[in-house]
Amino acid sequence: MNHLPLIIKREYLTKVKNKSFIIMTFLSPLIMIGLITLIVYLTQLNNNKERTISILDETGTISEVFKTEKVSEDVYTKYNFLPNISLEEAKKQVQEAEEYGLLHIRQMASMEEIAKQIKFYSEDSPSSNFISRLERILNEKLTEEALINNNVDVKLVESSQMDISIGQETFSGERSSKLINYSKLGFGLAAGYLLFMFIIIYGNMIMRSVIEEKTNRIIEVIISSVKPVQLLMGKIIGTSLAGVTQFLMWIVLGGIMIAIISLVFGVDFSGMQAEQQQALMAQGENVDMQMQITEIIQSLPLANLIAAFFIFFIGGYLLYSSLYAAIGAAVDNETDTQQFMMPIIMPLMLSVYVGGFTVLEDPHGTVATVFSFIPFTSPVVMLMRIPFGVPLWQQLLSVAILYISFTGTVWFASKIYRVGILMYGKKPSYKEIFKWLKY
Amino acid sequence: MSSILQAKDVVKKYGDYTALNKVSIDVPKGSIFGLLGPNGAGKTSLIRIINQITAPDAGKVLLDGEPLKQLHIQDIGYMPEERGLYKSMKVGEQALYLAQLKGLSKSEAKMRLKYWFEKFEISDWWNKKIQELSKGMAQKIQFVVTVLHQPKLLIFDEPFSGFDPINANRIKDEIIQLRDEGATVIFSTHRMESVEEMCDHIALIHKSNKVLDGKLTDVKRQYKSNTYQVGITAGNNQQLRNVLSDKFELSDANFKSIDDDLKVNIKLENGDTSNDLLSYLTSQGQVNHFVEVIPSVNDIFIQTVENNN
Repeated sequence: MNHLPLIIKREYLTKVKNKSFIIMTFLSPLIMIGLITLIVYLTQLNNNKERTISILDETGTISEVFKTEKVSEDVYTKYNFLPNISLEEAKKQVQEAEEYGLLHIRQMASMEEIAKQIKFYSEDSPSSNFISRLERILNEKLTEEALINNNVDVKLVESSQMDISIGQETFSGERSSKLINYSKLGFGLAAGYLLFMFIIIYGNMIMRSVIEEKTNRIIEVIISSVKPVQLLMGKIIGTSLAGVTQFLMWIVLGGIMIAIISLVFGVDFSGMQAEQQQALMAQGENVDMQMQITEIIQSLPLANLIAAFFIFFIGGYLLYSSLYAAIGAAVDNETDTQQFMMPIIMPLMLSVYVGGFTVLEDPHGTVATVFSFIPFTSPVVMLMRIPFGVPLWQQLLSVAILYISFTGTVWFASKIYRVGILMYGKKPSYKEIFKWLKY
Repeated sequence: MSSILQAKDVVKKYGDYTALNKVSIDVPKGSIFGLLGPNGAGKTSLIRIINQITAPDAGKVLLDGEPLKQLHIQDIGYMPEERGLYKSMKVGEQALYLAQLKGLSKSEAKMRLKYWFEKFEISDWWNKKIQELSKGMAQKIQFVVTVLHQPKLLIFDEPFSGFDPINANRIKDEIIQLRDEGATVIFSTHRMESVEEMCDHIALIHKSNKVLDGKLTDVKRQYKSNTYQVGITAGNNQQLRNVLSDKFELSDANFKSIDDDLKVNIKLENGDTSNDLLSYLTSQGQVNHFVEVIPSVNDIFIQTVENNN
């Protein structure tokens, strides 16, 4: 008699019909989107604050740079050029006018000395972004002045400045670049992190549902009708399906809400990306973005990535959730689960962090490769590595290890489950649980 | 009478602890079989083996002559001592789910549930959640769920706990009716008066060993000590007592009587019969009360357990 579909159906329906599940399904994207909107709004608010600064320039030449089109383009900062008054007086004026601050450029013998003596006075310490901007502007201007003073042709220097971005290509002709690599890592990190979140949220849900059966004392009734392994599998699959449902709902709801918010409130979510693009441009990636994006997508082994995502996602999730179920069976209530959670959370954290660092460092290095074979870290780490191209044999081997280990953990979990679900009233130690394996 | 369930030399160990030490029982078809024993004797271990929740380390269990198989789950209805239902699930949904797990089709389960719910007058609970019901109410549902698939063998572990006397009686009647309809019932309890009332066979497990079993009447016959409870009136009760105590082994008896009787238990030597005693007593005085002392299950239980300690 196969009761598996029946159990899966019940597990799924009770989860999905549960009030808090429904509330969370609808509320979470709302909260998330609300939070993102708030952050985007606040960043924009922060950047958009208008400020006026006064400039006291004893040299009379340096401050000219603030009058150029390139600098005065910034509509949020206004510059007020002071006549040649004393520093004390200038300070007083700025304070009375409640301006943001005072930039003081002192007249010295050489440009080097002028550069050393430039000061900014303000009420509170100014934002570091703002200071860097000032520094960048002044740096350029002072360098230029110094070059002129040394009788060097500025135009010549400018035209001699090189901007290097090393093009990368594998022997088989696969092109790559820093940006592409970052995008690949981003892809991998996203997939790995998604799996991590999924395991924690729905693994816990499975654990709670096992504990619930124990505290309700229904377990013995059920277990006299079905095999524990069947119940265990039914629980894992049913809860996973509920999880997938919730995830899909989140994606759909999130998409709808982003659309609504952009339309109604005019918050520009692409603003953040644009800034990042600018940052990359500044690093010298001034290739056409559009082309870059198509190139990135073309460079990703998409079919492989999608197939691997599902295979590793399912394998990794099943591996961990069977352990969660075992914990649920071993204890009587949720507070007792703490001591057993550590060994589960540790490899997960390890895979996300170690994976993130080592894969960035060298996607095919020893550490990354080894971690992509260990079943407890392989789903996350391998998903991070695959965008960089992993030989098929490695992927297959890793999948094989993962699924063999999964059978192992299910066997292990069902042993603990079988004994644990009928144990009431005491908090078992690791030693006792080990003994249960032999019953 | 053929037996529906035979356990042969069943051994179950948990680590170093032996929960069942070569226990054999034989449950005749159509009987109500009392599985007795102090707490922790191994009853639940045995019941769990019969239900295939755990497997024995040695020995075998036959249901209807066949070794236990997964298929037999449908033939057994089990109400464990640690029982409960999904609290947040509706009564009807839950009963249907549990019935389907026992192999009933959904429509069949619905039909039978309707019959039982009407019988117990609980039809309007169908859409309630278990957490809205009282413990006794939930127990009724539990009982219905246990018997719904009409199993050949019913196992009840402390079936009356949680019921008020009226409902306990009701359940008792239902159990007897199920037996009359052909089911066999194993029931495990500490309430000896219900064993006395209902069981026709018993087995007593103590410290992982079976120490006693058989037909209840046989067991009682085996444990009776040829003792008679007597109420007799003579001119001088004290004098009569002295006479009797010279001849027999006497002990005080206690029963209600409207006469001013000498109340004693008289234990006879092996070979002496009740008729011998009665004819002797009539020669001594007016016999108002004469009854054979039959040990209660309670007495047998306590005596056996103490002897084995």
